[in-house]
Amino acid sequence: MMELLSLSLLFLGMYGLITKHHVLKMIVSMNVMEIGLNLFITSLGYQESHLAPILSSKFPSSALNFVDPLPQSLVLTSIVIGVGTTAVALAFAKKIYMDYGTLDLEKIEGRL
Amino acid sequence: MKRILILGLMAILVMGIYNYAVYDPYQKTTMPFEERDSQAYLSRSVNGDPGEVVYGKSTNLENGAANTVAAIVVDYRSFDTLGEVTVLFISSLGVAFLSGGFGKTIRLKHKPSFLLQYGARFVFGIILVFGAYMFLHGHLTPGGGFPGGAIIAASALVLYLGGESSGEKMKAFKILEGAAGSLYVLSGIVGLYFAGFFMQNVLPSGIVGHLFSAGIMPVIYILIGLKVGSELTGILDYFMREEVSS
Repeated sequence: MMELLSLSLLFLGMYGLITKHHVLKMIVSMNVMEIGLNLFITSLGYQESHLAPILSSKFPSSALNFVDPLPQSLVLTSIVIGVGTTAVALAFAKKIYMDYGTLDLEKIEGRL
Repeated sequence: MKRILILGLMAILVMGIYNYAVYDPYQKTTMPFEERDSQAYLSRSVNGDPGEVVYGKSTNLENGAANTVAAIVVDYRSFDTLGEVTVLFISSLGVAFLSGGFGKTIRLKHKPSFLLQYGARFVFGIILVFGAYMFLHGHLTPGGGFPGGAIIAASALVLYLGGESSGEKMKAFKILEGAAGSLYVLSGIVGLYFAGFFMQNVLPSGIVGHLFSAGIMPVIYILIGLKVGSELTGILDYFMREEVSS
């Protein structure tokens, strides 16, 4: 069921990215989209009543049932890249605010 | 216009859900979970079956980390992580380019209160040590270099909020970042020289679950933690500076 929820989160973010004019709201929508996609990839490796893929003194053997570790590690990569893109987007937002004094893209439409 | 957009997106969403529920494109229900290829990562049997892996006992595995996700990120697919670190470096370059590099530091509008000023300095050390713990134990527990580095950057943010200015200290962070990144590439070349493959694990894997285990993984995680920490601190510092108008 988690897959379907994360898909709707992805489309919610896409809707926000298309319709909003405020730069910070667009960045937030971008992050919501990204979280939806990450949840979707992680949920592909999820299985009911399986353990987190970490050996410990409580769950010591590889013969136990663990969830799929590969989607999780791919999502780890994708989260870090998301941090990078968000940082660049915020730098753009700061630049726009310093140059035009507003973050609303409709207000600076003619001046770009 | 917006209504049409909502309807279109909803239609795509319903189509996607229908597709997912009926056709099962990722074979989640038809393919047994135990037959997936990635189960080889869990039993450390990519290059041959070592039998059951037991925490605290198994030795001489192809990868001796207790945390399987970390094993994939830093050992099996270490080349991906090198690319990931490069992406983060390029984004830091982009932020530096957009915010005008080394301008003068913007003063925060509020003056930090007594409690914030001294509480920040008190909490700073604890957060820093927690970040270091996180990347030192990345091969044993959840966490690793990237969250550890982010926590270190958070400790720097706490200092900024407490009214501390960065000043000349950022140069040391730049040098640390460059050195850690170069050493990461160098550790890959060491693997190429001694074992014949780029990023190959050349150190002995040790006993699963011990602090000194998993060969080169803790070293790489320390390098990644230092690099990400100094990089994110640098990004924070760029946001605190403004362009010098000439």
